[in-house]
Amino acid sequence: MSAPVAAPVGTGSSLREFLHGLPGVDQVGAEARAAMLASRSIKTTAKQWALDMAISMIDLTTLEGQDTPGKVRALCAKARRPDPADPTAPQVAAVCVYPDLAHLAAAEVKGTGIHVASVATAFPSGRTSLPVKLADAEFAIEAGADEVDMVIDRGAFLAGNYQLVYDEIAAVRQVCGEKAHLKVILETGELVTLDNVRRASWLAMLAGADFIKTSTGKVSPAATLPVTLVMLEAVRDFRVTHGRQVGVKPAGGIRTAKDAVRYLVLVNETAGEDWLDPDWFRFGASSLLNDLLMQRTKLATGRYSGPDYFTLD
Amino acid sequence: MPKFEYAPAPESRAIAQIRESYGLFINGEFTPSKDGGAFKTISPATEEVLAEVAEASPADVDRAVAAARQAYDNIWSKMAAQERGKYLFRIARIIQERSRELAVLESLDNGKPIRESRDVDIPLVAAHFFYHAGWADKLEYAGYGPAPRPLGVAGQVIPWNFPLLMLAWKIAPALACGNTVVLKPAETTPLTALTFAGICQQADLPPGVVNIVTGAGETGRALVSHPGINKVAFTGSTEVGKEIARACATDPRKKLTLELGGKAANIVFEDAPVDQAVEGIVNGIFFNQGHVCCAGSRLLVQESVYDEVLASLRRRLTTLRLGDPLDKNTDVGAINSAAQLAKIRELSEIGEAEGAQRWSPPCELPVKGFWFPPTVFTGVSQAHRIAREEIFGPVLSVLTFRTPAEAVEKANNTPFGLSAGVWTDKGSRILWMASRLRAGVVWANTFNKFDPTSPFGGYKESGYGREGGRHGLEAYLDV
Amino acid sequence: MSDIPDSDRGGLGGSSPRANTAPARLAVRKTYKLYIGGAFPRSESGRSYVVTDHKGGFLANAALASRKDARDAVVAARKAFAGWSAATPYNRGQVLYRVAELLEGRRAQFIAEVRAAEGLGARQAEAVVDAAIDRWVWYAGWADKIAQVRGAANPVAGPFFNFSLPEPTGVVAVLAPEASSLLGFVSVVAPAVVTGNTVVALASERGPLPAVSLSEVLATSDVPGGVINVLTGRAAEVAPWLASHMDVNAIDLTGAPDELADDLAVAAAENLKRVLRPRAEDWTQPPGLKRMLTYLETKTVWHPAGT
Repeated sequence: MSAPVAAPVGTGSSLREFLHGLPGVDQVGAEARAAMLASRSIKTTAKQWALDMAISMIDLTTLEGQDTPGKVRALCAKARRPDPADPTAPQVAAVCVYPDLAHLAAAEVKGTGIHVASVATAFPSGRTSLPVKLADAEFAIEAGADEVDMVIDRGAFLAGNYQLVYDEIAAVRQVCGEKAHLKVILETGELVTLDNVRRASWLAMLAGADFIKTSTGKVSPAATLPVTLVMLEAVRDFRVTHGRQVGVKPAGGIRTAKDAVRYLVLVNETAGEDWLDPDWFRFGASSLLNDLLMQRTKLATGRYSGPDYFTLD
Repeated sequence: MPKFEYAPAPESRAIAQIRESYGLFINGEFTPSKDGGAFKTISPATEEVLAEVAEASPADVDRAVAAARQAYDNIWSKMAAQERGKYLFRIARIIQERSRELAVLESLDNGKPIRESRDVDIPLVAAHFFYHAGWADKLEYAGYGPAPRPLGVAGQVIPWNFPLLMLAWKIAPALACGNTVVLKPAETTPLTALTFAGICQQADLPPGVVNIVTGAGETGRALVSHPGINKVAFTGSTEVGKEIARACATDPRKKLTLELGGKAANIVFEDAPVDQAVEGIVNGIFFNQGHVCCAGSRLLVQESVYDEVLASLRRRLTTLRLGDPLDKNTDVGAINSAAQLAKIRELSEIGEAEGAQRWSPPCELPVKGFWFPPTVFTGVSQAHRIAREEIFGPVLSVLTFRTPAEAVEKANNTPFGLSAGVWTDKGSRILWMASRLRAGVVWANTFNKFDPTSPFGGYKESGYGREGGRHGLEAYLDV
Repeated sequence: MSDIPDSDRGGLGGSSPRANTAPARLAVRKTYKLYIGGAFPRSESGRSYVVTDHKGGFLANAALASRKDARDAVVAARKAFAGWSAATPYNRGQVLYRVAELLEGRRAQFIAEVRAAEGLGARQAEAVVDAAIDRWVWYAGWADKIAQVRGAANPVAGPFFNFSLPEPTGVVAVLAPEASSLLGFVSVVAPAVVTGNTVVALASERGPLPAVSLSEVLATSDVPGGVINVLTGRAAEVAPWLASHMDVNAIDLTGAPDELADDLAVAAAENLKRVLRPRAEDWTQPPGLKRMLTYLETKTVWHPAGT
């Protein structure tokens, strides 16, 4: 799928007026809604469906300074065959790595349908010049990444320089062209307020994001249900007003199958079932996969499983 | 076929061990009614009979009042205040321990979703007893003088919409202030009150301090008009409230508090946090199937944002789940009785006849039981009956306004005055509106929030007196 | 063996052994340590001191707290303050009520300890322990009420909504009374925590053991670590460090030795601590509001009311 190139909103001040004119988010109300949806009870067949769907939505991730070719190979092997004992377990949606290991990942998952996502634009801080960020993105795409996870300039956002943030996203979108999908990481833990999350979501979508993503996973708090709720409301409303569907990816801090199922309920009852698809919703996670597999196994066998029966990577 | 179909997630009924029959709870024990009268209580979701319950005759009410009087004179009024408080702490703890059982029982007997009984009703019940337990030995600080005295025996009649919670609102402050009580639960929802009687036994509450007389209108009348009580507390319809007010008007010895009906305005301004406002609208009228005296049954939406708020609301309503109250994913449960269902249907038909446009999200209603889909009437004006009369069901009437002053006028243009909602991002507007709305409870950017510390009650024909907080103690003190 | 003075023998519930005898079953004696940050460390100084019963008989070696222990306790109390003061009043009340439940469960143990510490008869000790439990219950019930009694909406002359709210002051240092080892201890600690403050308490120097056992109750109830910290040792050594500590917001001088009280109050003035001066107290009487109010600040907020 390709996304249309961003249509500019106008001068910096009208972008600011637009963003500041968006309805506010009442934090207490949003958290209460997220908590109510988290109390849904997903059992038996519904749970089975949700576990499999969650697995198929995972961007299996390794983003460490100490990543080596060996580590990436192991990650890709797990991505292709998550459960050593059960070939019916679905494969994941993508692997997510640093740009200099993207070529390796691309080679390892070639032909499987698993996407190769690479972080870019001086992930995770985003603190460098625009040319360097663009070069970073180009490098990742040339290496074989078909998805780019960029970070926004949070400093510029918090200083009110929305136009700069917009321009950077639009520039990266240009670089991606038809070759790669663009996920825009808002780093919601640094934006802090839900009002900021709403504004940053709209800003990213207006600038051409294919996906909006919560976090780098390097800052706490990372993904949370209330933050994701606000982002799902944003993509839902954006489709109504602008006719374009944008995906959502919560990343970081999602460790248990129970959490993942809660996110799917959130998607189902906020943006709607059009987003219940790996093309429109992803989990940025690593240890989540094993918990999903364990729960899956328990449903199939009736027995609680243990970590010895699933591979570390 | 939806992509993500939530499988049934039923809460087990086994924990609520319902007896085949229940007697009256008088003087610390269960006893049959004097003339053997009894009635059945059913599950409104399935129409199955749950249990047979004794029907208290005037003679039984006599017995109960006498027991309460004895307990007051000989034990409760003489007991050290701190010890009284400790009984209430015990009761609060036992309620917490048996919370799951009570939640299941409440949902079975009332028809409300288990998620609500479990997450809202029962925790609040425990909290009310906990809060009031701490007042028992601190009344000199409550603002009523150095040594406020109780009234004596209280006769209390409660409705069916929040059975155990309404019981807690009545009994906890009454006992904390040193009174003894005779309470009549609603005839369609007696079971949690009778289980509460068992909790009083578990707590070793002295016999006669709490008495439960089950029955219907006749029992209620016998209780509130009984010459042997000092205080009448009633929550229910405005119609019956007026009857009681007339009866008590000629008896100055009886203090009276009334918690009656409402037709609250839920006011949404153009700068409201839209998604949370929509949640607030939904919560306001569809929580508890709209069986809420303070329900936000009139949506007053600022005309400039009418289209988007309504679009958002309709979309949100399609995710409401109506069905088995014991399913943990149910949002909207059963209507409490055939009689109430008939009333809701009648008023809805009147709404259509009056020219309002009626809409409900697609909804599959179970075959057995009493059900009504969430319903929205648009094009409603103040003159319509559905904008003036309390429907007490999941029916929302939508009106518009242009300015804050007009919103206040329309909101206040009703004989009722229980509650109101205000949705706006502007703090000063919240406070301006709150100071002008003639309602006992104003919720700003939230709705249907209750807390034992927060006084609740109405203006005008929604009743008088407050329940909860320091203010709520007044009803049970001789001040 | 004979070099050990009689006062160092015996321990709680036992008496000095006579020559050529030994009990059929030897009691496993408790070690009495400090309670800081939810844990039970010994004093960082490694010291202890002998605690005796009213007749001079050996009861235990209690930890002898140093200024560093006091410092660590203040750090722990400060760390716990944000969470405890942000807890709902309902939650604080529940937690404190649970403490009373556990105290009640250990009634016999506390009766024995109070008897040993204060030399009371059985009946008197029972009354004291019951009073301590009931005192705790009384305070637990204030958690969700003090704001209604102390707060107010103020009718200012203008289109403003104005309200005053009580808020906890922060870390409170408490010098517990010397003579009343349990009831007095409870009466000076509970009012600080029910209002959302965190506490560093120095137990009675002569009778510290009931306070240490109370710490065990706190550790096994739902009181978060650091909300109440209990030090045992010499007031003359530890109190000056608490009184002069710049991160302590209030101090209760009730248990201060007479000759020190003035100096401590002067030291406390350096960061304008809220100070409770010592005075004669009858712990059996209803406490009133004074202690709770000492540890509450008042915040007044204005907001216009307009369209």
